[in-house]
Amino acid sequence: MSNAAQDANLKTRAFATRRRGWSRESIERAMNLVSPVALLLIWELCARAGFIDVRFFPAPSKIFQVMYTMIQNGQLEKHLWASMQRLFWGILFGGVPALALGVAMGMYRTLRVIVEPVIMATYPIPKSAILPLILLIFGLGEASKIVMVATGVFYPILINAMAGVLEINKIYFDVGRNFGASRWQVFRTVALPGALPLIMTGVKLGVGLGLVLIAIAEMVGAKSGLGYMIWNAWEILSVETMYVGLISIAVLGLIFTLLLNELERMIVPWKSSR
Amino acid sequence: MTTTTLTDGAPAASTDIKIRIRELSKVFHTKSGPFVALDDINLDIPVGCFFMIVGPSGCGKTTLLRILAGLEEHSSGTLDVASPAAGRPGNSMVFQGDSLFPWMTVWENAAYGLNMRGLPKGEIKNVVGHYLARTGLSRFHDSYPHQLSGGMRQRVSIARAFANDPDILLMDEPFSALDEQNKVLLQEELLRIWEETRKTVMFITHSVDEAVTLGDRIMIMTAHPGRAKVMVDVPFERPRRVLELRARPEYGELVYNIWGHLRDEVQRARAQDEGRAS
Repeated sequence: MSNAAQDANLKTRAFATRRRGWSRESIERAMNLVSPVALLLIWELCARAGFIDVRFFPAPSKIFQVMYTMIQNGQLEKHLWASMQRLFWGILFGGVPALALGVAMGMYRTLRVIVEPVIMATYPIPKSAILPLILLIFGLGEASKIVMVATGVFYPILINAMAGVLEINKIYFDVGRNFGASRWQVFRTVALPGALPLIMTGVKLGVGLGLVLIAIAEMVGAKSGLGYMIWNAWEILSVETMYVGLISIAVLGLIFTLLLNELERMIVPWKSSR
Repeated sequence: MTTTTLTDGAPAASTDIKIRIRELSKVFHTKSGPFVALDDINLDIPVGCFFMIVGPSGCGKTTLLRILAGLEEHSSGTLDVASPAAGRPGNSMVFQGDSLFPWMTVWENAAYGLNMRGLPKGEIKNVVGHYLARTGLSRFHDSYPHQLSGGMRQRVSIARAFANDPDILLMDEPFSALDEQNKVLLQEELLRIWEETRKTVMFITHSVDEAVTLGDRIMIMTAHPGRAKVMVDVPFERPRRVLELRARPEYGELVYNIWGHLRDEVQRARAQDEGRAS
């Protein structure tokens, strides 16, 4: 594995010198932009040529015009900020307990045997289906939206953290014991870092699900947020505003993915081959 | 199944013995019934002895080491280990194969035991720096294990155990995965570092050459169930140079003798394997 990684590294370097500063990585990053830009271009052309019904699919230029106005008058910022705050607290309140419980379940068989059935039984329930119940319990305020995001984030992080610990080679736990690590030290130096690659996968899945759930939660009983913005646009038949909301969520998702990939590179440096 | 410390009320003379094992056995309970891994092991290992255990694969030698390391419980018999000086760990193990944490740098790996014991930063820096220098790894202190060769990884593993400054060093076939040239180099290195402190070592190997090169005393074990077959003293003076030692006729004689004891056991182990397979 290490040899392959080194080889790949060498190849990239050779490539970079040949291309004078254009590393394979930056070329690949630039290529990431090609398909979305092409899609927008085709869409615009089709809308102008009348191939598609602009009542449902307004031209991107129209959408961006509306978006520009919404940025100017602060509407977009207000809704975006409201959603981001709920997402942040939801990810925090759902993610941190999931991480702790998931790693602990991976470490201790007894805990796993007791808790796993509950997790497995509640996991398949669609989170959107419990929204009425959450509204009932937590009311129409901020709490219900945050809880909604938290339930979505909780499961993928917990399940991946547990699987991550279970995949760690037993020898590392032996080393920890032999060198006198306490339970907490084993958690901190063996279980948590060993499970980190899979935990990051869980966080990415969880954040994606969080975006889905925040949009749904805000459509019902909220007066702000991207979900509310989309729902409201439907009610007043402002299709362009609807698309502004959709694009905002898409961009938000993309930014989160990029940030999380960067974070992964930073905190999982021993898997640098990717 | 008792583990006591020798210094508790024992006469002064017996403190020269570091590890005393009496009638020790280990039975694993498997699905196909009980499996006797170790049977009636009796051992006295003096302080500062480089003790080697040689035996055919599957004879339970790793199990014995794991019991000493506290990673496994023995089923019956007694295991007495002289208690270490205050603040010093009882034993540290150099594991077989890759046991370095992939998520830690060379430095963090080597400092692991000291960090777990919460020693002052300055002391950790000195000790770890010393052993990384002794193993020729100073330049690589920021590297991750996957960036190192197998031989270098095993050196870090040795530095980690020595840096922890244990009373007893346990080594489980640490060089078995290395090629012959690397093996000789690392044996020399190990002897050099060991000469600094002359700790009690229990070293497991399946290589007779390695046992004679490194050890003061060699226990040859029988095939399953693991028992002590014969004990051999190695008369060579220290410090030793690996290649010079191997050129001596007495060396060849000793290796030949030990092979005589071992041959029957290897053949028995083989017969058992074949019996199990059919």
